[in-house]
Amino acid sequence: MNAIEVEHLRKEFKVHKSRSGLVGAFRDLWTRRYTLVRAVDDISFAVKQGEIVGYIGENGAGKSTTIKMLTGILTPTSGRVVVNGMNPHKEREKFVRTIGVVFGQRSQLWWDIAVQESFRLLKKVYCVSDEQYRRHMAEVIDMLEIGPLLDKPVRKLSLGQRMRCELAAALIHNPPLLFLDEPTIGLDVLVKLNIRQFLKQLNERYGTTILLTTHDMSDIEALCERVIMLDEGKIIYDGSLERLKERWGQGKRIAFTFAEAVTAAFLQQLTEGLEVVWKKGEQPNVWVSHVPSGGVPEVVSRVAARCALQDIRIHEVPTEEIIRNIYEEGAVHG
Amino acid sequence: MGKYVEMVRIRFLMMLAYRTNYYTGILIYAINIAAYYFLWSAIYGGKSSMQGMSLGQMTTYVAISWLARAFYFNNLDREIAMEIRDGKVAIELIRPYSYLGMKAVQGLGEGLFRLFFLSLPGLFFVSLFLPLQFPGHAKTWLAFGLSLLFSFIIFSELNLLAGVVTFFTFRNEGLLRAKRFIIDLFSGLILPLSFYPDWAQQLMAYMPFQAISYIPSMIITESFQGAAVSDGLFTQAAWCVLLLFPIALLWRVAKKRLVVQGG
Repeated sequence: MNAIEVEHLRKEFKVHKSRSGLVGAFRDLWTRRYTLVRAVDDISFAVKQGEIVGYIGENGAGKSTTIKMLTGILTPTSGRVVVNGMNPHKEREKFVRTIGVVFGQRSQLWWDIAVQESFRLLKKVYCVSDEQYRRHMAEVIDMLEIGPLLDKPVRKLSLGQRMRCELAAALIHNPPLLFLDEPTIGLDVLVKLNIRQFLKQLNERYGTTILLTTHDMSDIEALCERVIMLDEGKIIYDGSLERLKERWGQGKRIAFTFAEAVTAAFLQQLTEGLEVVWKKGEQPNVWVSHVPSGGVPEVVSRVAARCALQDIRIHEVPTEEIIRNIYEEGAVHG
Repeated sequence: MGKYVEMVRIRFLMMLAYRTNYYTGILIYAINIAAYYFLWSAIYGGKSSMQGMSLGQMTTYVAISWLARAFYFNNLDREIAMEIRDGKVAIELIRPYSYLGMKAVQGLGEGLFRLFFLSLPGLFFVSLFLPLQFPGHAKTWLAFGLSLLFSFIIFSELNLLAGVVTFFTFRNEGLLRAKRFIIDLFSGLILPLSFYPDWAQQLMAYMPFQAISYIPSMIITESFQGAAVSDGLFTQAAWCVLLLFPIALLWRVAKKRLVVQGG
């Protein structure tokens, strides 16, 4: 059974356009002009149980809107959504018992009271028995290392501490499906690592399906085998992260630090016939060449033969750049 | 059911989280009641009764009105408006409970807290200085308790209604403020309805506001006798039921129109 099934999903918003100037503001009092914005435009996909899927896209690409429709918060304009075998906005109260949600930018804990009081309330809200709670949450609290934070009011926690508590709060009823909307936003590396490790364990132990949006490609690389890429409300790529890298991230990048100034024309001439693209680096006398796979030894030997070098560094193309390239090119048919 | 009781408990905790608010709250109630006492004794100016109410009855009316207000009053409308404005409503909608129902329960938690920990101590404090006359009949108290519960329901329903309107307008502080003054004025909190001109009284009889404060206060001061008590309670009950319809209707439309702001 699929955890999530989405067919031809669409969400349109009416956006009020303000006229400019004082006169415009007065005219807005009487008549308002609206434009129709398609936040999510005819998307279809399915997520199998136990999968971890990265849902990526630039700001305003429609990620959050999709998540809000999948969680039953927003009503779709058209299309079919089936999550955990239910229609999220039709059977909202029954449906939300089967999901956990973390919004990185919003807290679901009560600001003025201790974390454990929030947990206690959520435990009642989700009708979790004492025994279930003790067995499951003891583990979660232990894995996220939040034991010492439980008696503090939420307002006294740091962002990293709070986010780990948020994650625990979303898991009180041990849901089979977890939605994470930018869960690592603004966190430091250590907390990010802790959260990633935790999510992986959760997925392995309970088979929890996870749909996650993030701007941090290292999250995606660490967690997801599959990514769905969104641009202007449309899906532009849906497939494995590996294939994405293979097809758009081929080749290597070599950064040369020259001992003296060189020109682009000179470098281009030097590597003629090798399909190398040269770009000026950020530091003086640094030039970066994008080399197709297999061409690395030849480029290095040609350059080293003619120029005095201080340093050579060879990298793979980072995922972030692959993604950026895809956005610049537009739709991807993979 | 357990989750609703738990929510009442959380509200208690939240009210207790700020102790200064709590102590100043008691003081504010005492000052309010005392101020109205002095105002009314100036208006009576030695007259033994006005509109069939003695000064003692009037003082009691005012004190009870404020006591009742502590219980039925809540800011649910503004809370809903705020949750919609900053998008926090999204969090509420991913929980397995009725949003408006849970809001009403939170209002009840706040009301109970204020009744027992704020206005009863305040009233006790005031009764040391002012001549309040409380009725001795258990039946009156029983009717009053029931009437107070209806007041809470009607007030909260009006608040939910005003709050849900925010789903359509996004900003409606002006509307909410106007609603608050209308309720204070037309509910008989500031002035018993029998003091209004006839045409206004007739008009107000068709509005839900008098069911909030006027009816319970008239019951406890025993200005309502016999059939008037049961009529009053019936009016309140009718409004409780009647107001459910527009809320349910608006909520259904509102859910579809919901836009979660900010991310």
